[in-house]
Amino acid sequence: MREEVKTRIPKEVPREKAFYFFTSIGNYTGKSASSLEEFMEKLMEVNTKSLEFHFYREDFEKWFIEVLQDQELAEEFRKLYALKLTGEPLRNQLYKTVETHLKHLTTS
Amino acid sequence: MKVRNNAFSLDSTDLKILEALQEDARQTYTTIGKRLGIAHSTVYDRVKRMENYGIIKSYKALIDAEKAGVKQVTAIMVIYTDPKESEKVAEKLCECLNVLEVYTSLSEELQVIAKVVAESQESLHEFIAKSIAPLPGVLRIRTSMVTKKFKESQPIIVNNPRKLTVAKEKEDGKRKKT
Repeated sequence: MREEVKTRIPKEVPREKAFYFFTSIGNYTGKSASSLEEFMEKLMEVNTKSLEFHFYREDFEKWFIEVLQDQELAEEFRKLYALKLTGEPLRNQLYKTVETHLKHLTTS
Repeated sequence: MKVRNNAFSLDSTDLKILEALQEDARQTYTTIGKRLGIAHSTVYDRVKRMENYGIIKSYKALIDAEKAGVKQVTAIMVIYTDPKESEKVAEKLCECLNVLEVYTSLSEELQVIAKVVAESQESLHEFIAKSIAPLPGVLRIRTSMVTKKFKESQPIIVNNPRKLTVAKEKEDGKRKKT
């Protein structure tokens, strides 16, 4: 199963399919991610306002499913809604979730 | 007064015709001719010539979308760009039907400014995220939603610059009275 997910997730997506970080409607931060690794890096760089904006609009999940075809990570993110996190705790939790997911993918 | 174009110069009669058409493009050549004291055939010839040279680009209806019941959001986008790519970004924006106006501006950074309309805030966001942000050279974007429109008009070619002053004086006079 892990192997299947690992091979299915694209290493890098084309520019038009990258994730673009906004802080609100129409306000683009200038940061984007074309792979899951890059996404994880950008989670630590962007303003927490941007993370809150996308997280509660479910934009991250949509990107994982529609572009990366990674249902598992989307499911992991869904579980976090109940925690109602904001600010730095949200950033840390999102980072930890992606990091753990990537570790699973690479070690399986 | 003469205004030179690439191909020919506009004289004061041409400018008066343009002014009349900008006030009301549906009025007949006869009406314009009477107003300016010239034959309708002269008006016709001059209008055709200005159409042929692209001075008169088109005749359109100005529609009040709100009154027509069209629900849409209008926004002003300021796109900060890499100077090498700004022209291309502006050209790409011009290809989008929902982008109404595109300008470049130089302040501290090079910017492309655009007026854009969309069905909803969500579709506006989708458009910016999927069509504008991925363009090469786009550094960041600031968007302001229009909440109320106070004035919208086309640029007017004024035959007599004095008119602008008079119009402004009238306007100022009204403001002082109120």
